[in-house]
Amino acid sequence: MKRVISKYRILLLIPFLGFVCGSCAVVKPYQKMYLNDADMELSARKSEKFEQSFQLYREGGSGANGGKSGGGCGCN
Amino acid sequence: MALYFNLAVSFAQTTDSSSYKARKLKVEEVNFVSGYYQQNGNNSAVTGGIGTEALTDIANTLELKVSKLNVTGNTHHLSLECGIDYYTSASSDNINPFPVKERNGSYQLSGPSRHDVRVYPSLSWSVQNDKRHLNYGAGISYSHEYDYSSKGLNLSFSKSSKNYNREFGIKLLAFLDQWTVIYPFELRPVGYGSGSQRDSLPVDTKPRNSFQATFTLSQVVNKRMQVALIFDPSYMQGQLTTLYQRVYLNDGEERVEKLPDKRLKIAAGLRVNYFLGDRFVIRSFYRIYHDNWGNTAHTASIEIPIKLSAFYSLIPYYRFNSQSGITYFAPINKHSPGETYYTSDYDLSGFTSHFIGMGIRIVPSKGVLHIKYFNSFEFRYGHYIRNTGTGLLADIVTMAFKFK
Repeated sequence: MKRVISKYRILLLIPFLGFVCGSCAVVKPYQKMYLNDADMELSARKSEKFEQSFQLYREGGSGANGGKSGGGCGCN
Repeated sequence: MALYFNLAVSFAQTTDSSSYKARKLKVEEVNFVSGYYQQNGNNSAVTGGIGTEALTDIANTLELKVSKLNVTGNTHHLSLECGIDYYTSASSDNINPFPVKERNGSYQLSGPSRHDVRVYPSLSWSVQNDKRHLNYGAGISYSHEYDYSSKGLNLSFSKSSKNYNREFGIKLLAFLDQWTVIYPFELRPVGYGSGSQRDSLPVDTKPRNSFQATFTLSQVVNKRMQVALIFDPSYMQGQLTTLYQRVYLNDGEERVEKLPDKRLKIAAGLRVNYFLGDRFVIRSFYRIYHDNWGNTAHTASIEIPIKLSAFYSLIPYYRFNSQSGITYFAPINKHSPGETYYTSDYDLSGFTSHFIGMGIRIVPSKGVLHIKYFNSFEFRYGHYIRNTGTGLLADIVTMAFKFK
């Protein structure tokens, strides 16, 4: 049972996403003062570019963070 | 980024679209990012899972972003970027640790990849259609280093809701790579070249192709919070084995690494950003990763920019990664001769890693150092600890300059 839960753990994101989207408020453009702040960007910063590169090379996992997960050698 | 940009342009929607006029190319911003990275460890895959992993890398990228509004009201964005890395690698030096006779009769004491330069230009173009809440684009990239070259192509599409509170995006990427096959000195077939420029003996090249699709759903939750869900499958085929990495078997035999020629990777990530009070932003990220080589990884990170004033931010951050390791990994002298695939590359072993650091960002209203177009400066330092084998330590310093 524990293994089944572990295997399909990613599916738990679906109800979470439904919960998040279902409880979203409609935010008007003039109410987006905080959301428009540079630190609220939903992606990695340019200054994180090289950090993501070395993590891609030194670790077996990759993807889902805006960086590429293919191309280039990275074998040193 | 696309969502943020759309949010920003949503203010512009209040203006009358009939007033749009074609205009000249406008320089949006210029970004220069410079970094220095160094690492040290003693589990080099080149020497079979033992030996120095000392490496330094000096990396620089320069990006120019321009835009043009056309008569139909669409904004075209063009980005040209060029990166240059210079790295030294002690482990690559051990591909060929013995003197080799060159064509001119002299002896070269070191391997062809003891230091190298990587150059990687890229060009991307996108169209932003505010009337239909669409954004689509394409890009090309190229990367070249001594024994490796990569050509990349990408296509992107995103659609926002009318109020710009939700966005769905797709990005497709392909990388077509060519790899010069270099073997360790003692495992080189008779008549096969060393890979050195001065060696006239021939060497092979083999392809490695990667295909990636990224699906992103971004959602504004309330005035202070927004989230993004990312699903990122990718597929690699071709020369995935690094043929100059040694493996020492438990019967004393020495071979080169051998791995499957196909790899399917799936990653899913969740980003949650929250603006707390007036001074703190909580940026969090979680990723689960799995591939068909048997590696499962969990990555979580948190970054909390603290706004000391309107112009200065302090940015502490921490990242944790845990991976199970691929099925084909074993340390030196642990693989048996009957195994189909084998590697002693500790990057693919099971481990946990910690990355902790601090950044500072300056965005003065009159420009950095009172230079009008010098919009912002950011400095980051991070320390990385990996606990596999005898351990690996790394440090990275990054400086980012933005002009606009």
